[in-house]
Amino acid sequence: MIYEVIVAGKTHRLELEKGEAGWNCRLDGNAMAVDAVLTRRDVLSVLAGGRSYEVKREQTATDLHLWVGSERFAVEVRDPRSLRGRRAGAAEELGAKKLVAPMPGRVVRVLVEEKSAVEVGQGVVVVEAMKMQNEIKSPKKGLIQKVLAVPGATVNAGDVLAIVE
Amino acid sequence: MFKKILIANRGEIAVRVIRACHELGITAVAVYSDVDRASLHVSKADEAYLIGPAPATESYLRIDKILDVARCSGAEAIHPGYGFLSESPKFARACAEAGVKFIGPTAESMEAMGSKTRARQAMEKAGIPFVPGTSRGLESADQAERAAEQVGYPVMLKAAAGGGGKGMRLVESRQQLRAALEAAQSEAQRSFGDDEVYIEKAILNPRHIEMQLIADQHGNTLWLGERECTIQRRHQKVLEESPSPIVDPEMRRRMGETAVRVARAANYTNAGTVEFLVDERKNFYFLEMNTRLQVEHPVSELTTGRDLVHLQIRIANGEKLPFGQDDVTIRGHAIECRIYAEDPDNNYFPSPGKITLLLPPAGPGIRHDSGSYEGWTVPIDYDPLLAKLIGYGADRGQAIMRLRRALEEYFAAGIKTNISLFKRILQDGDFVAGKLDTGYLDRLLASGNGTAAAADGNHVIAAVAAALFAILDPRAQNANGNAAHSTSNWKEKGRAEALQ
Repeated sequence: MIYEVIVAGKTHRLELEKGEAGWNCRLDGNAMAVDAVLTRRDVLSVLAGGRSYEVKREQTATDLHLWVGSERFAVEVRDPRSLRGRRAGAAEELGAKKLVAPMPGRVVRVLVEEKSAVEVGQGVVVVEAMKMQNEIKSPKKGLIQKVLAVPGATVNAGDVLAIVE
Repeated sequence: MFKKILIANRGEIAVRVIRACHELGITAVAVYSDVDRASLHVSKADEAYLIGPAPATESYLRIDKILDVARCSGAEAIHPGYGFLSESPKFARACAEAGVKFIGPTAESMEAMGSKTRARQAMEKAGIPFVPGTSRGLESADQAERAAEQVGYPVMLKAAAGGGGKGMRLVESRQQLRAALEAAQSEAQRSFGDDEVYIEKAILNPRHIEMQLIADQHGNTLWLGERECTIQRRHQKVLEESPSPIVDPEMRRRMGETAVRVARAANYTNAGTVEFLVDERKNFYFLEMNTRLQVEHPVSELTTGRDLVHLQIRIANGEKLPFGQDDVTIRGHAIECRIYAEDPDNNYFPSPGKITLLLPPAGPGIRHDSGSYEGWTVPIDYDPLLAKLIGYGADRGQAIMRLRRALEEYFAAGIKTNISLFKRILQDGDFVAGKLDTGYLDRLLASGNGTAAAADGNHVIAAVAAALFAILDPRAQNANGNAAHSTSNWKEKGRAEALQ
């Protein structure tokens, strides 16, 4: 079984094969034997190279991270069967960008109007959580295509607040 | 003894008080707001009553609704925890009128200590050392200038009703005074509805050390040792320990006796804390009295071996303190970390949300007072304190090593926490040496992001683990938000077989 694994932005080729005990791996050509047991949802006990690791998995609305020791890695796994249609997303960077709420909270103010111009880093919407206000800033220079945030409304992490084009 | 107690609070402190009730054979009654139905204090209590919508002003601060629940449930006493109504003389008085015992000091004692200027006047009368300055509110900018000249710059402007750094300004010279006074007064008005501001000599690089007190209703007032609370961020305590690395038995006795005099000056009963500012030459000055149980009370419980909540309940029940000052001994060392739902990578902004994974630490010398659990959604409406992690050891070194070990075990996912901050503090040379002042944490944070040197090979483990997670737990989602694999057992079985 061959996987393409992206760890902290770097793409690796990983071959995995179930062995007598554990797994025979080949990461970018380097062979290693790994034993792994899922001890609970989101926790993997890994024995490799004479060491024991407790690897934790964290998923947010948009990302997947793994923790090894105190280190946190953004990871993405592609197996050959799910590769199709993946690269299309890259083009979106150039077009409209969504402004999403990074945390649940309440919309306090909308700082811009639809069709107005914004600069990179300009505040667009103010979201309050736990008595603290946070300005959600525009990820790019452009025009505010649409404002979806409504003052007073509750939003969840990942909700789209506005679209910049 | 009381048969039933209502806890007018939420989160970890409500759970902590419920546990004390159960240990004393008392039925515990919880109250909760709309968003707290699934909170831990509700399920740990024996009875629970809804008191209103999420905003505290419509639930946890509603005296009428809380007293209604006390009446309906037949609770004989109310424990207010900390925050919310714990320092409200109005609430203490309303409880007395409703015939319910308020577990805390009297309304009169709270009022005597509630205003910082009134407290300073009382301390002046009782001959307690306090930071030089005015004991009354400033009436004009001219008067402020005269007072500042007298105590000498730099000076501190402080709101009489203040707390949490609101309405506070450091003034280094005469030129800054007028503008700072206006700013402090308007901030005090906005935050506390009271623009009274007074002047104090600014003590540079102070330590913040407080003395725990316990007083029964029969005239016995005892001190239970100090807590070093110097490590603060935005005037909020982050880490506390007992004893303080700089306090010796002689200084402890002097601080303790001074604190007892402060309490007597206010006819204080139940648990309370006197805060002192300590300068570089170890002179200590009265700062304020907190008329409630403190967040950081567990460190004193561990070093004195006394359960402060048990004592609070017994005192409210009219019992005498079961020990005297000579029986109070400080043994070992305890350090508390306040675990907050906040994002270290985003200027410690609150990070509410669902806790998808929680691995709390355990083992020798570790106490974990928590109000959260895996699967719980941290509401956006309240203080982001999730839990308190307290390490205890025979000495400070052992307490530090135990906490470091426990913080390595501690893990929470789904929300961001400040666990990494404590790993950093407990490794820091100045902290380990006990070299602290109130600017310590800002300096530490300014000195870089402190990410530990990446261990070689961890990224290799991450790469392999990523694929193995996908194989062993295929229900999970991949980074694109699509289901990585179908949940069909047939497909899974087929895949597993294909891999062999």
